[in-house]
Amino acid sequence: MSSKPFEPNPYLPEYLQKLEIERHEQSLALSRRTFIKLTGLAGGGLVLAMSMGPGARQALAQTKSPAAEVTLNPYIQIRPDNTIVLYAKNPEIGQGVKTSLPMIVAEELDADWSTVEVRQAVIDAKLYGPQVAGGSTSTPTNWDPLRKAGATARAMLVAAAAKQWNVPASELTTENNVVHHVKSNRSATYGELAEVAATLPVPDAATLQLKPRSSYRLLGKRITGVDNTKIVTGQPLFGIDFRVPGMLFATFTKAPAIGAHVKSANIDEIKKLRGVKDAFIVGQQGDHIGFNPGGPAVGSGVAILASSTWAAMQAKKQLKITWDETNASSDSWTDFKAQAKVLAAKPVAAQVLGQAGDVDGAFAGGKTLDAMYTYHYVSHADLEPQNTTAWFKGDHIEIWTPSQTPQAAVDAVAALLGLPKDKITLHQLRGGGGFGRRLANDAVCEAAAISKQAGGIPVKVQWMREDDMTFDYYRPGGFHSFKASVDKGGKLSAWQGHFITVSRDGKAPMTAANIAPTEFPANVLANQRMLQSLISSRVPTGPWRAPGSNAIAFAVQSFLHECAVAAKRDHLEFLLEVMGEPRFTVADNLRALHTGRAANVIKTVAQRAGWGREMPQGSALGLAFHFSHAGHFAEVAEVSVDANKKVQVHKVWVVADIGPIVNLSGAENQCQGSVVDAVSTAMGLKITFEKGRVEQTNFDKYPLVRIDKAPEVDVHFVESNYPPTGCGEPAFPPAAPAIANAIFTVTSQRVRTLPFSAEGYTL
Amino acid sequence: MLSLNVNGQTLEVGEDVDPKTPLLWVLRDTLGLVGTKYGCGVGQCSACTVHLNGVAIQSCQVPAESAVGQRITTIEGLSAPGATLTAVQQAWVEEDVPQCGYCQAGQIMRATALLARLPKPTDAQIDNDMAANICRCGTYTRIRKAIHSAAAKIAKTGGAS
Repeated sequence: MSSKPFEPNPYLPEYLQKLEIERHEQSLALSRRTFIKLTGLAGGGLVLAMSMGPGARQALAQTKSPAAEVTLNPYIQIRPDNTIVLYAKNPEIGQGVKTSLPMIVAEELDADWSTVEVRQAVIDAKLYGPQVAGGSTSTPTNWDPLRKAGATARAMLVAAAAKQWNVPASELTTENNVVHHVKSNRSATYGELAEVAATLPVPDAATLQLKPRSSYRLLGKRITGVDNTKIVTGQPLFGIDFRVPGMLFATFTKAPAIGAHVKSANIDEIKKLRGVKDAFIVGQQGDHIGFNPGGPAVGSGVAILASSTWAAMQAKKQLKITWDETNASSDSWTDFKAQAKVLAAKPVAAQVLGQAGDVDGAFAGGKTLDAMYTYHYVSHADLEPQNTTAWFKGDHIEIWTPSQTPQAAVDAVAALLGLPKDKITLHQLRGGGGFGRRLANDAVCEAAAISKQAGGIPVKVQWMREDDMTFDYYRPGGFHSFKASVDKGGKLSAWQGHFITVSRDGKAPMTAANIAPTEFPANVLANQRMLQSLISSRVPTGPWRAPGSNAIAFAVQSFLHECAVAAKRDHLEFLLEVMGEPRFTVADNLRALHTGRAANVIKTVAQRAGWGREMPQGSALGLAFHFSHAGHFAEVAEVSVDANKKVQVHKVWVVADIGPIVNLSGAENQCQGSVVDAVSTAMGLKITFEKGRVEQTNFDKYPLVRIDKAPEVDVHFVESNYPPTGCGEPAFPPAAPAIANAIFTVTSQRVRTLPFSAEGYTL
Repeated sequence: MLSLNVNGQTLEVGEDVDPKTPLLWVLRDTLGLVGTKYGCGVGQCSACTVHLNGVAIQSCQVPAESAVGQRITTIEGLSAPGATLTAVQQAWVEEDVPQCGYCQAGQIMRATALLARLPKPTDAQIDNDMAANICRCGTYTRIRKAIHSAAAKIAKTGGAS
């Protein structure tokens, strides 16, 4: 084995890089003592080689499946009736991977999709490598391993037929669960061949022939979600739906001032209330303010266990808690804004994250402009409030949860309870939305701690909407102060970004509050400088759909439009000029921004939206581009604005280059949803806090967009031949600046705050 | 003791349950009908939508005792297990509406009530009813499409399925 140190993919967000390193170390330890061989994957991830010995396959078959199913590898089982079970390895939170990942396996297996049943795989790094829903990484990191899993099983089925008929494997073809030998007009179903196939040697991965795109039968088609029938008939699927016999329903109440501790509470009174079975104070365990999916994260609070969710919620309302606020947050958003103004005025005092060329020279020789952009904190607001069911049984614990990071959840609970990891069984349930919120495992830790403290009673901890909104790992608020110059030829000649963000320790930005020194357009300009200043904060932050990008794109793409206006240039032409010659901005990195791919999506979206066409009075088109999660996305918004600042977003065109599409329906759904999410967030969503207390508690103060205000969304995929990349996040960032740029074109007023409602605009 | 008529069956709710408990929690925790979802508890999101005598209501806002003697239909009662899906359910599957799927039971219940009242709704009529329901994933484009598609199916078969 090579002794080269493991390097996580530098283009993954920091929190996923950290998880990659942890998983890598665990996997190395595993590979030394188990049958699983791990191999490196381009991009830094880890994959399971399909190299299990027959003994291991047998063990797997015994533990994981009824006798009728023949296990060919951890992803594939074949039944005698020629139907197939495929295992979906990653958490499903609405991003569609429970459908799309098995489709990749099915394609190479040459499976008939109508015979496929998809099951959620067990959480087990030995069998599946990393199991995570984050960073739009499921498709790119699983593309090769899953294709190989399918191709391996197919090769074994072919080998079984070749053996049976005594013909060369090269003369055999496969289609829809059947192996054919055309010469002798013989055929056999996978169901007939599976038992023999399972006894044959696993072929070397290097000998596998993966299909060329031209022969795909399934990938790129529209396939409806595998759980859709269950969803439309209301069957139990989600975390909140789960129950075990004897289970109690619990609420957990943490402090309104984030990080405060319970001094005392009216526990005895609470215990007397109808339906209440137990109530107790839970002490802080670990750190719930910092975002750390793999660490204990229980805040100080009061647990109420009752015979129903409603009884627990009613009792919660009667709680009288005295809080010790010594170490609590006293943060104020009003104060943050004032601090940011002062910091923005002193760019010389800021930390220099990166610079190139002669910025000051270019400023001196051109026409300069400056502007400051502000964006508020936002909450994830998953429609299914956080919850977990846990059953502590002394020397082990069983957990049912819709976590986005189930393996890290096991780590967190192991550390919390002091149990070995193999004494923790975690069952993955469907998440009613994620958007990054369920990357954190605070609700999992609470349930584990409460079940243990209750003496081993199974407990479902159910957050109320108010708990969910007032304790979140929020998308951090922040500020961008820009200065740029355009030269005499109307060209963007220099760019300076001064990013003002939040820090817990005064040294580094909090999770998802950072910016890359090479963030666009720094990576395409000769003269650029990136500065950073910090504001102290204790309000928890974490990844929120398209972390960083979700606000950076608004600021950068709006200010670029300001530059185009200052240069008296057409925005489209100006943006294409900024991209320059087609090239990768990081040499030899297929996951880096490629200016040619960028220009292509920008031109294509302009064409589809009819850029430059005559628009009715009060209406305009706005354009923006953003590169994130290795996806190139350009969007145009058609917007009208009236004299009272009432905005209508009529239509948004999305053009994306994310390589080949796995499930066309799913990918399109993600883009449509991302744009609607972006309209919500841009127009009206904000979390504010004073004295460390979050001021929004429910949807009446957090106006998510409804169907009557949702735009029509036109989605087009370029489908280039680059490796496929993820689709859950990158369609989000360009929508807000596209709308803001359209508003400017209509009104000549520049919106510089997210949400726009903070500047008086309404939907 | 409450006696509720749910999906055509009379179900008894024990005396340990406060009769003022919102119908949502009686359905979910007492009767085990978990298809109806909790989203906000304050009548904002409509994830908890069920039918009371065929009318779409927010079950988090209705005390169980006030539903006594009325016909309650939940998502589980639209089509029998394993039986043919209703036109609305079929359209939801065909258009691949759900992302996370959490709000969709509520959306389907409201869409079903809408189509029973207005068999061929305009976009404005769809907006008027369906704006009560939040979809955090933003599947509105497909919800609209699925309602039109269900309306066409119902028209073809000559009646609400």
